[in-house]
Amino acid sequence: MLKDIFTKTKKKKYATIPSETAKQDVPEGIMTKCPNCKKIMYTKELVKNLKVCFHCHYHHTMNSKERLASFLDANSFEEINANMISENPLNFPDYIEKLEKDREKTKINEAVVTGTGTVDGQKIAVAVMDSTFRMGSMGSVVGEKITRAIEKADELRVPFIIFTASGGARMQEGVLSLMQMAKTSVALKRFSDNGGLIISIMTHPTTGGVSASFASLGDYNLAEPGALIGFAGRRIIEQTIREELPEDFQTAEFLLKCGQLDAVIPRTELKGKISAILSIHQPGGDFQWQEN
Amino acid sequence: MAGELEFERPVMELKKKIAELKEFTKTADVDLSSEIEKLEARLEKLEADIYENMKPWDRVQIARHPARPTTLDYISHLFEDFFECHGDRAFGDDEAIVGGIAKFKGIPVTVIGHQRGKDTKENIRRNFGMPHPEGYRKALRLMKQADKFRRPIICFIDTKGAYPGKAAEERGQSEAIAKNLFEMASLRVPVICIVIGEGGSGGALALGVGNHIHMLENSTYSVISPEGAAAILWKDASQAKKAAESMRITAPDLKELGVVDEIIEEVKGGAHKDVKVQAEEIREVLTHSLKDLMDLSEDQLIDHRYNKFKSIGQYSFLKEFIGVK
Repeated sequence: MLKDIFTKTKKKKYATIPSETAKQDVPEGIMTKCPNCKKIMYTKELVKNLKVCFHCHYHHTMNSKERLASFLDANSFEEINANMISENPLNFPDYIEKLEKDREKTKINEAVVTGTGTVDGQKIAVAVMDSTFRMGSMGSVVGEKITRAIEKADELRVPFIIFTASGGARMQEGVLSLMQMAKTSVALKRFSDNGGLIISIMTHPTTGGVSASFASLGDYNLAEPGALIGFAGRRIIEQTIREELPEDFQTAEFLLKCGQLDAVIPRTELKGKISAILSIHQPGGDFQWQEN
Repeated sequence: MAGELEFERPVMELKKKIAELKEFTKTADVDLSSEIEKLEARLEKLEADIYENMKPWDRVQIARHPARPTTLDYISHLFEDFFECHGDRAFGDDEAIVGGIAKFKGIPVTVIGHQRGKDTKENIRRNFGMPHPEGYRKALRLMKQADKFRRPIICFIDTKGAYPGKAAEERGQSEAIAKNLFEMASLRVPVICIVIGEGGSGGALALGVGNHIHMLENSTYSVISPEGAAAILWKDASQAKKAAESMRITAPDLKELGVVDEIIEEVKGGAHKDVKVQAEEIREVLTHSLKDLMDLSEDQLIDHRYNKFKSIGQYSFLKEFIGVK
């Protein structure tokens, strides 16, 4: 009897480890933890709420596909230049492999998706940057695709809307990336001079060369709450000026206060606001201004 | 010699030796002329060897040389009646950018450029040639004025980059740079940009949307400084030399990449060895560049600039269409 007691305690040494199959009982992604308030919620419901946290209104990252679905009319999107891909102009080691890996991961070919679509029936040309592909960085292809989308808007005489999400210029393409800032800005100017309407919506993050070119060149510059927007990186600024920066430095709200934005708009209201701006740019009303 | 660079040390040492020998023959009774001749021949070969095979990092050193001629140096050699204009009419006067009106070979022009200091005191005043938003807005004001009076615009590019500071962000560094790129696109006058030192990222490009872009032989133009690139790529800023090589930032690289129109030859060992001669080299290129562009109409100039930037970049197409579904 006494012996039995001892064997029982010995058995307790073994810890229970769930088997491989048991581990997969909960499919990955069914729940999402908010990185801001740490609360856990159903992924499906979160997506239905445009990936805005129910508790703290944190705006989770959206990829280009989710973004397009969030503000365009269903099935209205027609993509252009989808199969344009980057080369390796500087022969940078591992660059091609990194691109291939991201193409595999994201199922898109570059960090921006462009095309045409409608918002409440109003036709637009659109460019949506995707931060899940190489941090949304801008190389030759991103610059060229955005430029062609602007040219498309010009050709169709429809407004141009861009959603930015980018860490800046893509280092692996060196000065060619830098020059895309000029290329896109020059195209926007031509479109603008032809009377084209430009709406820029800055999402998290919009920094460096993207912030210092097309992102800031809208007739209306909007941003999502909490988005990081700025030219130089926080760490670099702190090193340069040797002082700590305020908590909200370079957030959308901070920029609004500094007079750099027209409005900060929660994602759930974005489609309605864009639609209203588009509508105000359509002729209408009881009487018309007679242009000579 | 003050300001000598690591890679040119053998040349400097040999020069010193020859000078010593020459001095010696003056006082002593021995004839060393044949030795001196031999050494001078060797010097010539050595100079050719060193200055014609400069590595990217050597060029970075020359581009950053404290004695390298600045925008104001070239202005005083190349233009007549320069009148400097200050201020952006909104916030202040940023001395990291200078600009004004002048004549080039009798033709009225507007000249704008980044301005570094040559000593600590001047560098503090000019913020080491790193502009704030008001600097770019001053530049834009002067460009619009040039457009109004149909004056060609000449921009000298020489900056490590736009200043990364708190106040700069608050006043809209991004917007100021973006606006310059945007507005320069539709200027109805010839715009010629010359990179004379460092062309650092967006802060350089904000004066860089020209019909023609020229570079001094030992200047650099890049999306990020070699130190910055090394810090990001290898988490080690001391690998800047390696980064300078892989980022392709020298004038010949940029010519090959289709960004730059002409490379302006430099005085042997760098522009700082003889500003006057260097200014003459620039004058020559500026003259035919301006002549070419002044043949174009206003619309042609705008189209020319559009096509120039439209053509920069490398891409290809996948045969198979894979789109967002």
